[in-house]
Order: sequence, then structure tokens, then C-alpha cells
Amino acid sequence: MAIRFDHGKLERNVFWLAVASVLVIAVGGLIEVAPLFYISNTIEKVGSIRPYTPLELAGRDIYVREGCYLCHSQMIRPLRDEVERYGHYSLAAESMYDHPFQWGSKRIGPDLARVGGKYSDDWHRQHLKDPRSVVPDSIMPSYSFLFATPLDLRPLPAKLRVQKLLGTPYTDEDVAKARQDAVTQATDNADGADDLAKRYPRAVSRDYSGAGSPTPTEADALIAYLQMLGTQVDFKAYKDQANYR
Amino acid sequence: MANAAGPKRLTMSEVGVAIALGALALYATAVAANGWSVAFRFHGFLTLAASVAGIFAIFNNFYERGPDLPPAEIDGRPNYNFGPVKFMTAAAVFWAIAGMSVGLYIALELAFPGLNVAPWFNFGRLRPLHTSAVIFAFGGNVLIGTSFYVVQRTTRARLAGYLAPWFVALGYNFFIVLAGTGYLLGVTASKEYAEPEWYAKLLLTVVWLTYLGVFVGTLMRRKEPHIYVANWFYLSFILTIAVLHLGNSPTVPISLMSDKSYIVWSGVQDAMIQWWYGHNAVAFFLTVPFLAIMYYFVPKRAERPIYSYRLSIVHFWTLIFIYIWAGPHHLMYTALPDWTQTLGMVFSIVLWMPSWGGMINGLLTLSGAWDKLRTDPVLRMLVVAVAFYGMATFEGPMMSIKTVNALSHYTDWGIAHVHSGSLGWVAYISFGAIYSMVPWLWKRQGLYSLRLVNWHFWISNLGIVLYVSSMWAAGIMEGLMWRAYNRQGFLQYSFVDTVAAAHPLYAVRALGGALFLSGVFIMAWNLWMTVRAAPAGVAAAPLPAPAE
Repeated sequence: MAIRFDHGKLERNVFWLAVASVLVIAVGGLIEVAPLFYISNTIEKVGSIRPYTPLELAGRDIYVREGCYLCHSQMIRPLRDEVERYGHYSLAAESMYDHPFQWGSKRIGPDLARVGGKYSDDWHRQHLKDPRSVVPDSIMPSYSFLFATPLDLRPLPAKLRVQKLLGTPYTDEDVAKARQDAVTQATDNADGADDLAKRYPRAVSRDYSGAGSPTPTEADALIAYLQMLGTQVDFKAYKDQANYR
Repeated sequence: MANAAGPKRLTMSEVGVAIALGALALYATAVAANGWSVAFRFHGFLTLAASVAGIFAIFNNFYERGPDLPPAEIDGRPNYNFGPVKFMTAAAVFWAIAGMSVGLYIALELAFPGLNVAPWFNFGRLRPLHTSAVIFAFGGNVLIGTSFYVVQRTTRARLAGYLAPWFVALGYNFFIVLAGTGYLLGVTASKEYAEPEWYAKLLLTVVWLTYLGVFVGTLMRRKEPHIYVANWFYLSFILTIAVLHLGNSPTVPISLMSDKSYIVWSGVQDAMIQWWYGHNAVAFFLTVPFLAIMYYFVPKRAERPIYSYRLSIVHFWTLIFIYIWAGPHHLMYTALPDWTQTLGMVFSIVLWMPSWGGMINGLLTLSGAWDKLRTDPVLRMLVVAVAFYGMATFEGPMMSIKTVNALSHYTDWGIAHVHSGSLGWVAYISFGAIYSMVPWLWKRQGLYSLRLVNWHFWISNLGIVLYVSSMWAAGIMEGLMWRAYNRQGFLQYSFVDTVAAAHPLYAVRALGGALFLSGVFIMAWNLWMTVRAAPAGVAAAPLPAPAE
């Protein structure tokens, strides 16, 4: 070969060794990550996905805080047994407002991507307090302390404001009403329920923790989140083939 | 900076670091008083205490030290700075015990769920504590410690910086304390292996860039024309971890008084960036720099040169090029687009070759010295580590094949794979390095007891076998049970049937972990006695053959 590459040059120069190794590791990451931000079919076209209500978002943050994702995935694979066990395989669109994503990596417990509406609030209450009283072989820890912990409403407007900054379509009204919305959604027959459902389609207001208290607990938030998981897409109207990637 | 005859003066860096710590103390005070959560106020107090202690240490050291900073050379011989290395070696042993004890506890929680103590000691809060403590606390201290040792020895130059190496050692361990206590208190970003919240990540960024500066600064002082192979691996590790950390961490705190933040990425892009990070934490934290350890400690201990210099060049560049592509194999059959999954699978399979290039280079370095495996249990540990590396880097590509992954993903097979790599490869090569380094650092003729090393080796080896084989069995069983159909065409098992079936295997896994942990206790005792009681003297430690 006319041009002989002399590796010795790299071995004698810290700067070029560093530059070369950064260039070499940059290639794969750029090619795999960057296109995901501009290839238009990366996220399926599904019109019905809405941002989380303040109560659901608070519940999601509790889900993150307690490390639920370490035992429960939220990603149903397009395999026959998974679709029969858990429901329609997960779409990228369903987690488009998830900061951070919660797909998980291990199933010590079952997948939760479509747990919403599968069990009653009552079942969730009993299960969170004492998992083995409803599933005798379960190895899940008890989360009864959530029922005794009032939900911290203070950070909710700040949470929505930051999510809005990051591109989640919250309105200024949503941010301003965040605390009130959370209280409304955790109450039976609340006055603001219609207004909430207008801004957050299909958001259901009810006393999730069944405590009847005027202020929501962390259990209200978590159960509200669990009950909406996987319920945002109407799969009777969804066209698989139109979104083939 | 130092003026030999003049009066003693504070250096610019002493002043600068003290001012920076003072500013940090002010912010920490505000957090301690006004933080939005108990956890954040607690971290405010911790940070306040740490920054005040740092300022005190700087001035205390100033009054104790002479007017001049320590010289780079004394009588033409390098004046090595081993203080931070000693500290990080001791910290590594401490964190190994802490992190593996937590691991044993959560293994027992899975077998006996009554052991969960809500909320602090529930499985979901303890698992990140275990993974961070073993990977970043134990592994990280081993890596930074050994890199500070190896880079000085192979360049025959004193570590660059006066305060900087100590800032790296102490700052890194303070980061670990912030991260670990945060998990217990429910402070987490939930990005696996990158769980610390925004303020801990900022601290890590500062520490890591300082580390890069110290390492590169030392390389630039080198007395050897060539940069030794081990240092390529360390340099690539430091640079790439910086890139990965920055890519996976951009996050917006909801308030400067809150520990909570949201990552700027979301959904499918967040998933891809997370596993680009996550898999390359395996690659560039748990593989590349441990290969650096292999390239220094195996030749030293075997007293043989590296088998093939050419092979080390080829496998270094191919390894770092290909590894970075492998992330999507954590996302097979998910909502990640197919083209990305396919790229991830192909590169994961190709990765088998450079991985084995490293293994072959390590093992064949033993050529002509295989008899030492009978007499030197430390060398045996190093070599068995390389063998485990070969095994895990065959299993990994195999699990990346989509059809295999369909069965193995989400099951305990993943746990088996991770632990054959982390216990067999990472921990063993670390133990080998620590056993070698402690007598050198503390100027002892040798270890207190080689018999105890032998016990450590066999007990922990039995532990690995029990751990890995039970998790293989559990994983394959789970995968098969999830997809089993009965003759009517219905799913045969409910999910919880697989949980019940895994119970005995979870118990065996806990036993394996307990054996491995007892090995570490034996090591800690042996090292303690080496420092306390072994006869002083210089261990036979010839310089390695220069590069080429």
C-alpha cells in the first residue's frame, strides 16, 4: 500500500489517541440515535394520546420513586403469548410523553402496559396494601404506607411547567390548575370533573383510594395512574399496516 | 507556584477549590433549610458537611505541608503519589462488602418477600443501591484506583495535580453516598445504572472531568515515548463514559429546591438513548477498563510479556468501535423501529470476535507460565476472570439473536448473564488486582496468607456456579412457561405460576450470593492482616516490558 498507517503515531501522542477513540465511538451512537428524532414513522400516528393529568403524573412519579419498573415492564412485545396475556402490543406513541420512559427490563412481576381497567380500584387497594391477600404466591412488597401519606400538591405546577418546556402539550390553564385538578380527580362527583375531562379526554374523577378524605393520598395518585395505563388508544380503529416500520 | 525560598503561600488551586466549596456550602445551606422534600433537605445537610470538611481539610493540609509542593522526582526517580490509590483500594473493599450485602438481602427478599421493610428497604429501592454500589462504588474505586497506579508506573511520572487526585477520590465517593442514600429515600431518575438525580449527576460530571484532566496530565508527563496498552483502555473508558453520561443525563429540575427533574428525552428516543448508555456502561465501565487491568496485572503477575502486541491494537479499536452499536439488543421486539433492532443484533454478534481477541491475548500471555496457576492463587483468579470474560462475551451475542432474545428477555437468564460477567469477570479481575497491589502499595513482601486466597477462590467460585446455574434454570423455565399453551390452545400458566416455580431457584441463588460474599470477607481479613502484620519489604515486582 502506498499510504502506510503508522499506529505508533497514536501511541506516542495523547491528543490524537483521544481524538481517534472519541471519533471511533461516536459513529455507532450517531447512526442509531440521531435518525430516531427525524424519521417521521418512528412514532406511529395515533391521534388520541393525551398528556397525563396532574394526579396521574404524580402517580407516575411515585411509580418511578418506588422502583416499580425494576419488576414490571410496560412494553408488550408482538409475540403470540404476550398479546394473549397482556393485550395489543405496545406502540411507541403510547409512551411519547413519558419523561423518562418506563419500558422496564425485567419481569419479576407481570407487564403493566395495559393494566388500566383490568382490575377494580378495590382490587388495587387490597393488592397494594397486602399483595399476598389477593395473589397468594406474589412476592411483591406491601405499599400500605401510600394510603397514609398525603400527596404533596406543591410541586405539581412546577412539574407541568417543566414538562411543557420539554414539549408535552400542556396549556397555561393546565399548569395554573394543576393542584386543583389533582384534588378534583381524586374526589367522587367533584364539581370540576367535566372541566378536567374536557382538557384531558377520558380522564375519570373518582375516589381512587376509597378513603373519602378531602385531600388526595399518594395511593389515589398511583391507582389513578395504574388505571389509565394502556387505555389511550382505541385498537378497534387502529390500523397496524398503516404504521408499518 | 511554589517558591523555594519565599514564605509559604496558598496555591491558586487551594484558594479556588476553597471558594468553590464555600459557594457550594451556601447553596447546600439553602437546600437544607428550604428543600421541598425531606430527602433533599437531608442531602443539603450532607453536602454542607462535606464542603465544610473539604475547606477544613485544605487549610489543615496547608498548615501541615512545607512551603513547596511535593516534587515530581527525587534524585532522578519518580516520586509516585500513591495516597489516593491506597484510599480508593480500601474504599473498593468496603463498597464490595456493602454492595454485595445489599445484593444478598434483595436476593433473599425475592425468595422470602416478608423481608421487605417499607418504604426504605423495599426491593424497588434497594435494587438500584445494590447495582450502583457494586458497579460504581466497588468497580469505580477499583478502576480509578488502579488507573492512578498503572498510569504512574507505566509512564514513570508522578500523578498530575496536587489537590486534583484527592478531589477525584473523595468527590467520587461522596457522589456514591449521595446517590445511594437517595435511592433509599426515593430519589431516583429511574434510568437503569444512571439513577442519580440531577445534582448528583452534576457533581459526577465535575469529578469525572477532573479525573480526565489528572489522567491525561499524567500521560503528558510520561518518560516513556509510547503510551502503554493499558492506558489506551483507561483513556477510552474515561472519555466514553463522559460522552455517555452527558448524552443520557440532560435533565431539567422542577426547582433548584427540589430533587425531582425530568429528562429531556421521552418515550422511544429515551429508551434508545438509555440503552445506548446502559449497554455501554457494560462496555466502557465493566469491560474496557477491566481489560486495562488485565493488560497490566496479568503480565506482571505471570512475569511474561503480552502475547501479541498486534492483537491488542486490532482488538482495542474493533472493540470500542463495535461495542457502541450493541445497545438496541436490550430493546428487541419493543416499539423501537425494526431497523435499529436489526443493527443492534448484527453488531452484537460481530462483537464476539474482538471480545475473544482480548480473551485470547490475556490467556496466551500465560504461555510458558501455566505452571504458576498451581502455585499462585492470585494469578489463578486473574486467569479465571479472563475465562469468565470469554464465556460471558459468547453468551451475550447469542442472547442478542432475536429468536433467542424472545425467550431470554425479561427473564432471570439476563440476571444469570450479568452475574457470570460481573462476579466471574469484573469482581475476579478486581480481586486479583487488589491482591497484587496491596503488598506493593504498603511495601510488604507479600500477602499475609496465600492459603486464604485459595479459600477465597474456591468458595466464591462455588458461589458463582450456584448463582449462575440457578438463574439460567429459572430464566429458561420462565421463558418456556410464559409461552406454553395447553392442548385447547390456551395459555397454560398464569404469570404468578412462574413466580412460584422460581422460588427454590431464588433460594439457591441467595446461597450462591452468600458464598461469594463470604469470600470477600476472607479477602478483607487477609488484606487487613497484610497491611497490619505482613513483614515489610519490597515485593518482587519487576517493571513490565516496555511497549513494542
